[in-house]
Amino acid sequence: MKPLLHRLQNSRNALGLAFMLPAAVLLLLFLTYPLGLGTWLGFTDAKIGRGGSWIGIENFDFLVGDSVSQLALFNTVFYTVVASIAKFVLGLWLAVLLNKNLPFKSFFRAVVLLPWIVPTALSAIAFWWIYDAQFSVVSWVLMKLGWIDRYVDFLGNPWNARFSTIVANVWRGVPFVAISLLAGLQTISPSYYEASAIDGATPWQQFRHVTLPLLSPIIAVVMTFSVLFTFTDFQLIYVLTRGGPLNSTHLMATLAFQRAIPGGALGEGAALATLMVPFLLAAIMFSYFGLQRRAWQQGGDK
Amino acid sequence: MKAPQDKPDGQGMDYLQTLPRRWVTVYIPLGIFVFVLLFPFYWMVVTSFKPNEELLARSGNPFWIIKPTFAHFHKLLFETAYPEWLWNTVLVSVTSTILSLVASVLAAYAIERLRFQGAKPAGAAIFLAYLVPPSILFIPLAAIIFKLGLFDTRMALILSYPTFLIPFSTWLLMGYFRSIPYELEECALIDGASRWQILIKIVLPLAVPGLISAGIFAFTLSWNEFIYALTFISSSEMKTVPVGVVTELVEGDVYHWGSLMAGALLGSLPVAFIYSFFVEHYVSGMTGSVKE
Repeated sequence: MKPLLHRLQNSRNALGLAFMLPAAVLLLLFLTYPLGLGTWLGFTDAKIGRGGSWIGIENFDFLVGDSVSQLALFNTVFYTVVASIAKFVLGLWLAVLLNKNLPFKSFFRAVVLLPWIVPTALSAIAFWWIYDAQFSVVSWVLMKLGWIDRYVDFLGNPWNARFSTIVANVWRGVPFVAISLLAGLQTISPSYYEASAIDGATPWQQFRHVTLPLLSPIIAVVMTFSVLFTFTDFQLIYVLTRGGPLNSTHLMATLAFQRAIPGGALGEGAALATLMVPFLLAAIMFSYFGLQRRAWQQGGDK
Repeated sequence: MKAPQDKPDGQGMDYLQTLPRRWVTVYIPLGIFVFVLLFPFYWMVVTSFKPNEELLARSGNPFWIIKPTFAHFHKLLFETAYPEWLWNTVLVSVTSTILSLVASVLAAYAIERLRFQGAKPAGAAIFLAYLVPPSILFIPLAAIIFKLGLFDTRMALILSYPTFLIPFSTWLLMGYFRSIPYELEECALIDGASRWQILIKIVLPLAVPGLISAGIFAFTLSWNEFIYALTFISSSEMKTVPVGVVTELVEGDVYHWGSLMAGALLGSLPVAFIYSFFVEHYVSGMTGSVKE
């Protein structure tokens, strides 16, 4: 009995390894290795097409004192915080609306997700055109309404550009938050609402004391992903402003790209990208504790 | 957009709400949401069929087209490398999706069902890999691609896309495999089936919805990918649609908005088309990956 069991165990391990092999090779070679290489590159003066040599923390030292990097860090945090809060509030609102008993419910749900499905670079081009300084349709409407007297330069001055890119990011991110939260809402039993209504709860009290607490585990996960995507955003900024005007919309990812690829300073770019990691870890920890709470709420069997 | 009809046949306690109140709290906000979320697409369509005179005229109603034209599409398809970009995007997306699906099915089955030693850490590693964003990987990956001599080839994209496709699909498929009863596999084992036969003949047919979810999701993710394609490709005829439209159709200071929008529209249509057929799979794929 024992040798047979032993053999089965062995073959199971061997088979498991064989099955893991394709995924493991691809991920180790193109994910784990670059992750390590990126950190190493951050400590070198590597240029494109030329391996670098170790220069210690010189890159980081330079970046910490560099005003453009400081601005990029500020922009990234500002962009992430404002866009995430807006996505959360609007996404939750949209999810609650979609959870109402509506005609054409599945149609609405399908349509709402569209911005998230199409390539961001391409929808960003549509926003670029909507934000055009001379032909913006938004300006046209505002002019007709008499609210402004000349066309708004959406991407031409720093604060306008920051808020315009945030609006585009929120537009793209709201569907993801809304549809994920909707899935969470649908798991809440209507009897809670009935019971609270009988006890005289107002709709706001129901939302505050029934919906939010029951939804909080999934909110934690969804928002962690949302923060993660927003913090590391690249394409939207690259298409809309390329970091301009005056670097006022540069995020860490776009600045890293600009320094490393067109600028050729791989080492410096890699150091910038490495600086993003602590923030990502913070977001993942946040998600971890969100998940813990979820397991605990479900009786801890997961 | 058609206004939602009001049918007061609500379940639960919706009947307690009066109709005017329902308009203010539900239909009007929802209408605004749908309008804002869809407006850029409407704008894409309108712009891509508008002749240049109308595009650059400030007078007149910009929301309508007086003389629709196919000129922008004609220019796009016959005077630019757009058809080549489309072909590259299809080729890269399909190949990397198939590659990732095969690797993910095997990995997910091994982690979830073979339960080899180290299966749990492997599952955790897959989840962590899912959280690594391309924006911190592209610089060292560019160095690796360069060293492997793959720079400016489709192979560079086909091999780098699985870094975000495999973690995602494996994680999704693990959830689906978990829902298949063990008893089925045990029966097959007793009847003398090998693990390979079980995977092919029992587990995969039962996991078809999961495979579709993972497949169309992986296809969409690779179709939409931008930063790797921007970094690893330099020659025009190797570019993918998102990168080609952004980098090649913008010529100097004169923006050809008509063909830019036509390019954006044509590049969005394939994913929107697939999406329209598999909405439920998308939603379950997306929420599944978040919920686990």
